[in-house]
Amino acid sequence: MSSAHTGARPPARRLPLHWLGILPFTAFVTLFLLLPTMKIVVGAFQTADGSFTLDNIYGLFTPSILAAYWISIKISIASALLGCLTGFAVSSAVVFGGLPKWIRGPLLTFSGVASNFAGVPLAFAFLATLGPVGILSVFLRSELGVDLRALGFNLLSFWGLTITYLFFQIPLMILIITPALDGLKREWREAAAILGATGLQYWRMVAFPILLPSILGTLALLFANAFGAVATAIALTGSSLSIVPILLFAQIRGDVLGNPHLGYALAFGMIVVTGIANAIYIWLRARSERWLK
Amino acid sequence: MRKIWAWGALLFGILYFTLPLIGMTNFSLKMRRGEYSFDAYAKVFGDPRFQETFTYSVAQALFTIAFGVLLVVPTAYWVRLKLPRLRPYIEFITLLPLVIPAIVIVFGYIRLYNTSSWLPLTGSAFGTDILLMFGYATLALPYMYRAVDTGLRTIDVATLTEAAQSLGAGWATILARIILPNVLVAVLSGAFLTFAIVIGEFTMAALLNKPAFGPYMQLLGANRAYEPAALAVIAFGITWGCLGLIQLVSRFQKSAPPKA
Repeated sequence: MSSAHTGARPPARRLPLHWLGILPFTAFVTLFLLLPTMKIVVGAFQTADGSFTLDNIYGLFTPSILAAYWISIKISIASALLGCLTGFAVSSAVVFGGLPKWIRGPLLTFSGVASNFAGVPLAFAFLATLGPVGILSVFLRSELGVDLRALGFNLLSFWGLTITYLFFQIPLMILIITPALDGLKREWREAAAILGATGLQYWRMVAFPILLPSILGTLALLFANAFGAVATAIALTGSSLSIVPILLFAQIRGDVLGNPHLGYALAFGMIVVTGIANAIYIWLRARSERWLK
Repeated sequence: MRKIWAWGALLFGILYFTLPLIGMTNFSLKMRRGEYSFDAYAKVFGDPRFQETFTYSVAQALFTIAFGVLLVVPTAYWVRLKLPRLRPYIEFITLLPLVIPAIVIVFGYIRLYNTSSWLPLTGSAFGTDILLMFGYATLALPYMYRAVDTGLRTIDVATLTEAAQSLGAGWATILARIILPNVLVAVLSGAFLTFAIVIGEFTMAALLNKPAFGPYMQLLGANRAYEPAALAVIAFGITWGCLGLIQLVSRFQKSAPPKA
């Protein structure tokens, strides 16, 4: 593949000056990625005068902060699950459903765009659609007599945020799972058919177990993706919905918790949650790649 | 039966994705009562704040791209050439910005580079601009590194380097005149994606108090009705444009090898 195997390595006589080549990169990453993160992590375990404490971490277990984490995690799980399900349905419809071949290219291109169309504008798009005077709300009210408001639907809520997040979650799922579906070899299906398996049995006992790691892995990635989203939530809800990123945003702006080190702990909690989700993702992806060559 | 399911799933997808786009477009055209007009767009484009913030974000994006290319291309090249054993570790580090939320990273910046620290970047306007640019470069790092590294995989780095060296080229010449042109398509893909990310970025710019396009959009959204929809259409157009350009340049690459 590259210059890795050029025979026996010469004895290391010279100073290892090779390392200097990645010095700028190392310096940049240390200063602007690792040290800032370390600062937060260490700060979460410090008092105002710098001594070690666990009080900040204990401080997270107050009802209001726990509630913020809980609703953040609920939104992330809901949008990840629904994103996975819908993305899988759309993707498998295109790969196996016998749809015209030309749909595939535009679908993947659109998914690339939509998965990057997050942040503030996405919130505006949904306000214009499902907001109080949005096109869909007005249509349902005037044409079908269905008042979303009266039914208790509010864009600035758990379900509203989940539906909005799906706009970038579903495309991400499509982008990741389509290659995995392509990797299902036709021979496996034929072999299963020869052995007398029905279509359902093939899916349940062959295809699904093979895909499971990629599906679960993507689930973890989508979870982290939603959990860290700040801009969409702020543009959509202002600060009316207390989820962790919004709480942290307000804390950085004006110390709403009244304790700077509790802010560190809040941020540390976010790293822990997304870190766990991504560790699961990396682990499962490594497992799934064994099969999809 | 299967076909019905497939069409159903696709139809649902199309409906879900086009409705918000129709919604925002429709809304952005309704500023004048009773008829469609481009008033909201005229309002937005005529707003000096729009022009300022947009120019600022474009400049930030361009500097981020230049810095990212200068940082990533030599590093990825060097790692492939001389330090292949480090590749998994470097790759892992470049993926970290996807794991650590942007809001946490910028929180770290604010605490680490405040006015009383050893490197008081947030003390001056220029210093904060630089810090924001570094922040954007960090956010774009996963995409940039991946794109460039994939590009480098398709060329024989070692042979090209030796050939250039035997003709008397130094490292700068090799990088600028041999490696960069060979991975240009990959670099451009990374650059367009970086542009799309930076132009609408909200969290970092807002917390560093910089007059960027993202915070401007949020502010307008909190105070106006129709202009935000127009902004959403514009932003969607920019994202679409960037991703379209990536498709375009990578198609260019796919058709290139047979000719060579």
